[in-house]
Amino acid sequence: MHALHLKLLREMRRLWPQILAIALVMAAGVATLVIGVGTYQSLAQTRSAYYESHRFADIFATVTRAPRSLLTQIAAIDGVLEVDARIAKHALMDLETMTAPASALLVSIPRQGDVALNRIYLRSGRLPEVGNTFEAVASEVFADANGIREGSRLKLVINGALREVTITGIALSPDYIYAMAPGEVMPNEGGFGVLWVPERNLAAAYDLAGAFNSLSIKLLPGASEAAAIERLDRLLEAYGGQGAYGRERQTSHAYLDTELTQLRAMSQVLPPIFLLVAAFLVNMTLTRLIALEREQIGLLKALGYSSWAIAWHYIEFVLLIAILGTVIGFALGIWAGNQLALLYARFYSFPILIFSRDPALYVIAAFVTVAAAVAGAVRAASTAAWLPPAVAMLPPAPPHYRRLLKADIRRLFPEPRQTSVMVARHLLHWPWRTVGGVLGAASSVAILVGSLWTVGAMEFMIDYTFNKSDRQDATLNFVAPKPLSALYEVARLPGILVAEPFRVVGAEIGSGHVTRRLAISGRLPETRLTRLLDASSATVALPDSGLLITRPLAEVLNVGRGETVEVKLLEGRRNTALLPVAGVIEGYLGMAAYMDINALGTLMGESDLISGAAVSIDPASQDKLFSLLKESPSLGHLSLRSAALERFRETMAQNLFVMVGVLVALAGVIAFGIVYNFARISLSEQGREMASLRVLGFRKGEVAGLLLAEIGVVVLLAQPLGWLLGYGLAIAMVKGFSSELFSMPLVVGPEVYAYSSLVVVASALIAGLVVVRRVDRLDMIAVLKTRE
Amino acid sequence: MGQPSWCSEATSYGRVARRLTRIKAADTRLSPLSGMLDRSAAPSVAKGEPLLRTSGLSKTYDMGELKVVALNQVDFSANAGEFIVILGPSGSGKSTFLNLIGGLDTATSGEAWFQDHQLTGAREAALTRYRRDHVGFVFQFYNLVPSLTARENVRLVTEIARNPMRPEEALDMVGLGTRMDHFPAQLSGGEQQRVAIARAIAKRPDLLLCDEPTGALDSKTGVVVLEALTRVNAELGTTTLVITHNVAIRAIADRVVNFADGGIASIQVNAQRMSASSVGW
Ligand SMILES: Nc1ncnc2c1ncn2[C@@H]1O[C@H](COP(=O)(O)OP(=O)(O)OP(=O)(O)O)[C@@H](O)[C@H]1O
Ligand SMILES: [Mg+2]
Repeated sequence: MHALHLKLLREMRRLWPQILAIALVMAAGVATLVIGVGTYQSLAQTRSAYYESHRFADIFATVTRAPRSLLTQIAAIDGVLEVDARIAKHALMDLETMTAPASALLVSIPRQGDVALNRIYLRSGRLPEVGNTFEAVASEVFADANGIREGSRLKLVINGALREVTITGIALSPDYIYAMAPGEVMPNEGGFGVLWVPERNLAAAYDLAGAFNSLSIKLLPGASEAAAIERLDRLLEAYGGQGAYGRERQTSHAYLDTELTQLRAMSQVLPPIFLLVAAFLVNMTLTRLIALEREQIGLLKALGYSSWAIAWHYIEFVLLIAILGTVIGFALGIWAGNQLALLYARFYSFPILIFSRDPALYVIAAFVTVAAAVAGAVRAASTAAWLPPAVAMLPPAPPHYRRLLKADIRRLFPEPRQTSVMVARHLLHWPWRTVGGVLGAASSVAILVGSLWTVGAMEFMIDYTFNKSDRQDATLNFVAPKPLSALYEVARLPGILVAEPFRVVGAEIGSGHVTRRLAISGRLPETRLTRLLDASSATVALPDSGLLITRPLAEVLNVGRGETVEVKLLEGRRNTALLPVAGVIEGYLGMAAYMDINALGTLMGESDLISGAAVSIDPASQDKLFSLLKESPSLGHLSLRSAALERFRETMAQNLFVMVGVLVALAGVIAFGIVYNFARISLSEQGREMASLRVLGFRKGEVAGLLLAEIGVVVLLAQPLGWLLGYGLAIAMVKGFSSELFSMPLVVGPEVYAYSSLVVVASALIAGLVVVRRVDRLDMIAVLKTRE
Repeated sequence: MGQPSWCSEATSYGRVARRLTRIKAADTRLSPLSGMLDRSAAPSVAKGEPLLRTSGLSKTYDMGELKVVALNQVDFSANAGEFIVILGPSGSGKSTFLNLIGGLDTATSGEAWFQDHQLTGAREAALTRYRRDHVGFVFQFYNLVPSLTARENVRLVTEIARNPMRPEEALDMVGLGTRMDHFPAQLSGGEQQRVAIARAIAKRPDLLLCDEPTGALDSKTGVVVLEALTRVNAELGTTTLVITHNVAIRAIADRVVNFADGGIASIQVNAQRMSASSVGW
């Protein structure tokens, strides 16, 4: 073996803990890259392949009822490639596994399952057949959650009649990758399912023979979506069209998109941080190693080794670290990526989830890591290599220390301990290294603040939504609007304590060129259960006239209080009006508009119709209420708050905590890596002084204190900086992740900073204590025999 | 092996005694040396009283196959206020001896006593206390803290000492009153060594141990350093042991101890001490 290689291996063995610490930081970078990009690619590829093969539509629309004869006209719209018309109806479902009624979306499939768009993928069993008995194929997540298999029978209230439905198979479809019941904020695995039933059965049940109420359209490549939507809306207007929309507002697609955005952000932000820190650690370690080997380098050069050979020797050292880091990072990334993919597989229904292992990703990850490592090494290696041998063989010029403060300033302060002076001067003697250490530790704090805050923000949102804003126990959505007197029926149901009516009307709200379609909620001016709140959680009174709109809507429309918006109702007579914005309220769950229920009635030209009621339920009579509702023919969909809350938390726990757990571990790795290397190098530089202090009668603890104080200063300085950077990260996340469906509240509580600092300080302390054990082994006698 | 029987007896006696002290120490939460280390409990020894004593002190380095006997059965004693020069060829065990009585190293066998307290067998923490309170060291390579000025290097020690002199006072004693705010890198070798001496004496140690203090210095500078040492010895009455390869220095000592082959070959007493300024090499 080449002599230099032998030296390399010896060095690696001697410095293994430092090398491992650096490699782990690199591994964290590689892993986040592999997880982030890999999972992003997997999901994106899986989705696009699925969309392609199962022909996911581009435009979606709902109507009250339209004749199939209209389809030829729709197909003739410019840019329309294919049209798919179905019947889609919500129904209540009585499941043995749930006390509360579950809800089902019944979607028709034409004979022979011959559908144009949003084709279903049959996981098992067979397609339903037309017959006297209702047959259906159930969506997979729902079926799994309730133990539904082929042959299972479900009880459904279909158009007011109790029907038994036999499941013939389990299926998925591209428009319900992420399946959410209407009015809910998170998917409800067990409580909501899609059932695909033969069109003839469904048409008969809802009296929709020869008609449809749900439309999907695929456009020609390059066709204008906006133009097609406009034409379509005009065509559908007469049939109760509620406004067509593109993929970006299709719930399943939009949620998946948010997830993908987050993944991409993660893979853009985190790996650079880790690799930068790694480069810094490489630089720091190599600079010290070379300082120690200065005379050896001179000797090697005197022996005839070229500068290149010596530079390469150190680069090789760094390459080995990079390779180690890359390998660990790949292993970690593949493992964590698989875990994440499993998690995704639970939430998103794909026929198959391809965890794509694009070799290019690995090549790029390895290349980037090696590049970062070499970048960190290049300066140290080249200065060493190009040192003239005669200079190199001389001991380096003694370090030149400076006094920190001028004498007259110094006099103002009490005389510090000399050990503190040593710490301060040593840190300032290597200003860039100290700054690097502080920045590195700060980045670790920042990663923590930037990820932990989301937990608090989610809790805040839960509290805001369910405890402050929507305080009802359940919401009852009627199948169709009913007269106000229906409220008395609701109130008479067992266990109903309070019932507050509401009216929901689809509308298009616009200002200038921007328009959005959403539901305007009409409410009573004084409500106890549901409340409208501003950002500081204070209630906002509903005005007699005019709209209260949520912040996201106000931002999209670029309107504020006092300005007017154009409102075009999409139901009834489709009245239009210019309405003033009476106020802007907070809205984390997207765009919404509210107005007085009577004002909305007047606008609709109707009198006293309600769409449903928010209710509070007496827990004692809850079961009685549920069993009644399950069989009640005419009542609509009931969504339960407690169930929603539980599911929300559950989803959050799994989605978020896994991510946060991983990030906490990674931030810990950074903090440990920084502090460990920092302390090792500091010990290496000051080992002689420290041993001398021991000779002078300083206790082990006092000498160790020197090292710990140095680490302490770096870690302490890193905290406020890290908090600041973390807060910036949180702001960036709020900006980056907020969509029209969903936005995060920017609340970063003191506990977020506290936990972040705790994790970093704990990792630093562990690293510090590991190094401090070496103080015990300082050789007092050896240090006396030798000149530095 | 080859040990006289009384020696092993003494050792086992010592062990029992040590255990007893340790039990007592556990009671009072003090280390075995603590009594001695408390200055109020250990009144300063009058000049001429025995301060340091070793018997059968040995140190063997176990190098696997090979056993290197660095120090073999050394019996020695030094009185308070004595100035002792140790001479001997390289490898004869001088440094080993100094390190043992300075509490830097542990003996393989034999005993070393400081006043009436045993150094051999004392715990690490007790030896640290011993060094801190009683011993001053000066070494060939100065071992100054490069990030501290001369004054600060001295202050480093006075901060942890019980009855120190002011750093300025100590530096004045070695003739460095004007260079107190210089960093070691800004001082010559001789000046650095004098800072080291100031640092060693600032705590008014009972024992000043110097291992080749002039080893890295030229004759003229060496003399200045020796003057500092003799001055401290004379003014503070500090018992001083100086290892040197420089035979000329023997003239300034009360006693000269000659080491050879890990043991004391001979001791000579100088009837008359010469002043440091009169020696030269
Ligand atoms: N750590 C060690 N391991 C093995 N042998 C050692 C060790 N330290 C010293 N020795 C040996 O012990 C013997 C005495 O060493 P010591 O340093 O006491 O000599 P010295 O008289 O101070 O010599 P010098 O004048 O060269 O400083 C020598 O033979 C040396 O090789
Ligand atoms: Mg020696």
